[in-house]
Amino acid sequence: MSYTSDEMMTVTAARALTDRMTCFVGIGLPSEAANLARTTHAPNLVLIYESGTIGAKPGALPLSIGDGILAETAESVVSVPEIFNYWLQAGRIDMGFLGAAQLDRFGNINTTVIGTDYADPAVRLPGAGGAPEIAAACKEVIVIIRQSRRTFVERVDFVTSVGFGDGHGSRQRLGLTGAGPCRVITDLGVLQPDPETSELSLTGIYPGVLVADVKDRTGWDLRVSAELSEIPKPSQSELMALRSLLATMPAGKAAGAAMTTSTAR
Amino acid sequence: MSLAGAIAAAIHDGDTVAMEGFTHLIPHAAGHEVIRQGRKDLTLVRMTPDIIYDQLIGAGCARKLVFSWAGNPGVGSLHRFRDAVEHGWPVPLEIEEHSHAGMANRYVAGASGLPFAIMRGYRGTSLPGHTAGVAEVVCPFTGERLTAVSALRPDVAVIHAQRADREGNVQYWGITGVQKECVLAAARSVITVEEIVDVLDPRPGAVVLPSWLVSYVAVVPGGAHPSYALGYSARDNDFYLAWDAISRDRERFGSWLDEFVFGRAAMLAGAAESPVDA
Repeated sequence: MSYTSDEMMTVTAARALTDRMTCFVGIGLPSEAANLARTTHAPNLVLIYESGTIGAKPGALPLSIGDGILAETAESVVSVPEIFNYWLQAGRIDMGFLGAAQLDRFGNINTTVIGTDYADPAVRLPGAGGAPEIAAACKEVIVIIRQSRRTFVERVDFVTSVGFGDGHGSRQRLGLTGAGPCRVITDLGVLQPDPETSELSLTGIYPGVLVADVKDRTGWDLRVSAELSEIPKPSQSELMALRSLLATMPAGKAAGAAMTTSTAR
Repeated sequence: MSLAGAIAAAIHDGDTVAMEGFTHLIPHAAGHEVIRQGRKDLTLVRMTPDIIYDQLIGAGCARKLVFSWAGNPGVGSLHRFRDAVEHGWPVPLEIEEHSHAGMANRYVAGASGLPFAIMRGYRGTSLPGHTAGVAEVVCPFTGERLTAVSALRPDVAVIHAQRADREGNVQYWGITGVQKECVLAAARSVITVEEIVDVLDPRPGAVVLPSWLVSYVAVVPGGAHPSYALGYSARDNDFYLAWDAISRDRERFGSWLDEFVFGRAAMLAGAAESPVDA
């Protein structure tokens, strides 16, 4: 069964989620991957959206983080101050799942402006939303992003959400309680922080992708892990589950993932 | 009270206005009335400016925007917002941006009558360098360094709710967002509702705002559209998708405003607002 690089990426992200994990989910690719995990190998995955819906079990993919289907299927619906203070900030969430417009070698995320002049940006992006605190307080974070020299930069123009800051030890110095981006999943492979330096290095690659391709689409001199492994291609059941999930999106939106791409245009 | 009367009485040029509703219960009809009445120089406050503030910004009502996420959820950019920030059209827009957690806590501080709220957040990000109202504080008990965010105290809160009773007590449920804190933080409030009922029978997870807290209630069925009111309407996701093309172009946006806010459709919607005293 043939598949696209986006499908490979979403399936890889879904595989990173385990059953009974609590997962704070952003809209777009993160929501697709989390819902794919829930409909396949992780039926008891707890999906938490920043709208205050805890344990949502949407039968169709929501377009926004506050679609009615999330509230109607949630175990509990709490206010916005409560979701951020009592649930996220207090460290109750296992996994944060974020997209990004720009990402740097230390996994810092920019979703605010492209261009170094904040007052006169080349592109004005939506901004922070819930991401800074998700990146700070979830026990671990997965970032899902399509890889290119435009998105994978040496240094982000604006640090909206902190990954590993200036490098190893930054998170501890800043008092950030979670472990940070343990995995960056792209349309080419998977990057993980080096245990010594916290710099993202390539640890997994998709079938048919060359290391040279990945390096070519990275805006810094990408390190490749000595234990680089090939990630198994999507199974037929994974692909069928993903495609039937995407078919539940509103017309014209089946490819999903709008926030990471169209806003950066 | 009629929506037009409530907006005229509550919102004046130069006011700081917070229209809240987190995806759910966004007070779009009230926003349209503000545009029709030609308010200017408003400081607009809202966590997710969304289509409602894209319209107000594009119509030239705003001088400043205080926010934490300015996108069309699941679709892409807010083009009127971007045009104002990137090109100063139709008028320059000053921005003050935060994170969601920061904005939520700023409302909590306002609602609590405190000058600031304490949270973990912003540390290591570029946000504090570009925004007012964020500072480091040291915990007097543990010595831990934490973040203080200044209170939000809008002149006016505007929200949409499912229903009110004849005394003007307001009830809403589903995703309840930050509206309670917003109304409590504000000096005045305007609340549009789907309907007036004799008795507010209990609903799971419902918030009730007592009549003495609320300044103005207006009945506007469908007043959240294209957002929704759980139990009354569904989110019009097709409109959110369509807004991308409508808002991308200045002329097309202008035509849309003329037809659906200033024009006949708006007159019909206006006629459906039954005057209710509250």
